[in-house]
Amino acid sequence: MSFLNDAMIQFLNESISYMPFACIFVPDFPVEALLRTEPALRTQPLAVLEGKPPLQKVFAANENARRAGVTPGMTKLQIEACSGLAFRTRSVLQEAAAHAALLDCAQSFSPQVEDAAPDTIVLDLLGMELLFGTFPIIARDLARRAFDLGLTTNVAVAANPDTAMLAARGFRGVTVIPEGKESERLGNLPVDLLVTGEQESEQLSDTFYRWGIRNLRDLAALPDVALSERLGQRGVYLQKLARGNISRTLVPAEPPLMFAEFIELEYPLTLLEPLAFLLSQLLDHLCSRLATRALATQELRLELELADGYREEDSGGMNVSACPGRAPTRRRFQRTLHLPLPLLDSKTFLKLLQLDLKAHPPGAPIVKIHLAAEPVRPRPGQSGLFLPPSPEPEKLELTLARIAGIVGEGKVGSLEILDTHRAQGFRMQRFAPLEPQERTEKTENSDDLVTALRIFRPPAAVVVTLREGRPTFISCAKRKETRGEILWAAGPWRSSGDWWEQEGWARDEWDIAVQEETSIGLYRLVRDLLGGRWLLEGSYD
Amino acid sequence: MSFFSLFPTEAVRRPVASVASNPPALVFERLSALPKLAEVRQASRLTVRPEPEMVSSGIREVDALTGGLPRGCLTEVCGPVSSGRTSLLLAVLAVATQRQEACALVDVSDVFDPLSAAMAAVNFERLLWARCGKGTSRKHRDTETTNQKHEDFYRRRMETPVEQALRVTDLLLQSGGFGLVIIDLGDVPLKIARRIPLTSWFRFQRAIEHTSTVLFVITQAPCAQTCAALLLKVQVKKLSAFSHQPSALKTPPHAELLDELRIETEILRSRMPRKPAQSATAAFVTKSVRAG
Repeated sequence: MSFLNDAMIQFLNESISYMPFACIFVPDFPVEALLRTEPALRTQPLAVLEGKPPLQKVFAANENARRAGVTPGMTKLQIEACSGLAFRTRSVLQEAAAHAALLDCAQSFSPQVEDAAPDTIVLDLLGMELLFGTFPIIARDLARRAFDLGLTTNVAVAANPDTAMLAARGFRGVTVIPEGKESERLGNLPVDLLVTGEQESEQLSDTFYRWGIRNLRDLAALPDVALSERLGQRGVYLQKLARGNISRTLVPAEPPLMFAEFIELEYPLTLLEPLAFLLSQLLDHLCSRLATRALATQELRLELELADGYREEDSGGMNVSACPGRAPTRRRFQRTLHLPLPLLDSKTFLKLLQLDLKAHPPGAPIVKIHLAAEPVRPRPGQSGLFLPPSPEPEKLELTLARIAGIVGEGKVGSLEILDTHRAQGFRMQRFAPLEPQERTEKTENSDDLVTALRIFRPPAAVVVTLREGRPTFISCAKRKETRGEILWAAGPWRSSGDWWEQEGWARDEWDIAVQEETSIGLYRLVRDLLGGRWLLEGSYD
Repeated sequence: MSFFSLFPTEAVRRPVASVASNPPALVFERLSALPKLAEVRQASRLTVRPEPEMVSSGIREVDALTGGLPRGCLTEVCGPVSSGRTSLLLAVLAVATQRQEACALVDVSDVFDPLSAAMAAVNFERLLWARCGKGTSRKHRDTETTNQKHEDFYRRRMETPVEQALRVTDLLLQSGGFGLVIIDLGDVPLKIARRIPLTSWFRFQRAIEHTSTVLFVITQAPCAQTCAALLLKVQVKKLSAFSHQPSALKTPPHAELLDELRIETEILRSRMPRKPAQSATAAFVTKSVRAG
């Protein structure tokens, strides 16, 4: 695509004094929406079909396809004769995502954005030159940023919104129209550009054609009064548009902060590898959109529509159930990734999704992909230079996901001690180390040292011989080395709790010393008073 | 019949070096000119490896004995069952988390006791606990190919807790940013622990070199061999806890419990400059804690 070079920008800067409106227009918008996810088709003739098979008709086509003779309205049977022509089914969801991306692009430059049409955005640039440079530079950067989001656009800057819209629809690339030269620059554009699809406008267009008016210059040259007598106020309005001297106020749009991308597949996917390829594209687009709004994300939601089945929505994962008497629909598979910190790295997200899908495969071929990100403010800058080392959040998330793949979910993380006297009263939780605040060296104090216990999970059942109520001999089938006369025993330490609930517990604890092959082992022996069993709970070490 | 010469003829005929007034200087000059050997230095100019930074182990007596634990090095603590290895581990972990360092514990036998750690003042917010053992089973495999299923099935069947621990440690060390990484092989039978290939220990040692990570390993007997920069042996020297014998009449029965252990630490090997000339030991006392 062609952007303005520096010499042209300098020339325009000298000739432009006041030019506050810009318009971004996406030619062949349905085609561009599909090309965002399939950029390899950009150089090929591509037609977008709409309708139910077998009555599909061409809805839109790119320039290569139009050169090959494809026009909107042709049937699928007709265009199948064109060699090298690719055709895809129209995706309303992908068009919505492309439109949202276009709005993000515009809002990254100006807060005053008008959502004129799905393929057209108008923005007010008043005051923006102090932030982003001169208007030609802003126009060039707008086109570049839209291109980064996967959209090839026309950008025009003019003194009023309608002139900017006409120029964006009529001229390719970046166009800058100085104030006072609107009529001159718009003159060569065809008069069909004024037709907005309404029936009245189409009738006016036919009238212009019969009068021999082909471009805007001809329309602008008509006498005002005579035109008003024949076509009324609508004709006068179109003439003002052609002259570029109409002015109006923008209607600002405030789109919700929703970041979602879609792909509707032509055929079901059965392997994770091609799915990862598509997810990579979606994540790139999502991260680019978040970056344009200076945001990051802390939650990624992946929803896959699966082929053949019954629908049952469940945020925790796939849940399939048959609903008798209801028409069969497609089932959905959902996964949600919660991140401890706001991140914005598509490669990290992709790897996390890959690891998650490997651990929780969808279980059926995939026909539609929906990926959404919950926007949050990015985490503030860098930590201090002299603070203790801390893992990078992106790397740490990947490492935790990989470790969970090795040892199993729920077996890696940090600890939380529960408020209970029950033995092993703890639970695992997500590991998210706090940012170090300041270096504080602890002065070691040997008085605080604790005799550690090594817990046997699960506790080993043992056979205990008692003499006068005290254990004197122990035999453990699970731990062969723990068998012999008890050299010393202390206890019991009696405790109980939760007796008011079903899972009540009561136990006696003994500390024992057993002679082993090479050394003396110190163990904690527990008698379950409710179950009557003897258990070896752990060893002191 | 033609023969191939093993040496290029021109190279053989050419003199290796012409006679000069200072032959060593000429050799160094020639060596320096060679592209592959451009970094060759004279032995007198080799840089001396800097001494590692030492951090506290959390026990005054051990610090006095060893000077602390070296960063960027592997420290191994060995001892039999009930010798005080885990008590030393908790002390190291407590002081590291209180230094606000991120710590990781690779628990091969899943024996870590959170209550003991809490009483030892370990900050759990900075501790990553990886519990090796049986992994979770995977039920849904429809989207993977048959080869992937078989490969994963056999890998999981063959993977022991020790193998899991080695892979987890690899990931943690490659991830970086951890101030302390602990591998607890204390309950792994000696014959299995000694099967850990030496290359794994070299890889770990290489991964933490020039970093601020302390790699701390507890075993029943030395396993890391020369990869360990510091090798300590612990044992219960004096069973002072058993002297706490209450009288059956005056003291309630539950007072008859293990009170404290006197643990002795000995340096078996040290690559630190302050390596003692003879066997040096230090002793410290740990107290038992109990829930409820």
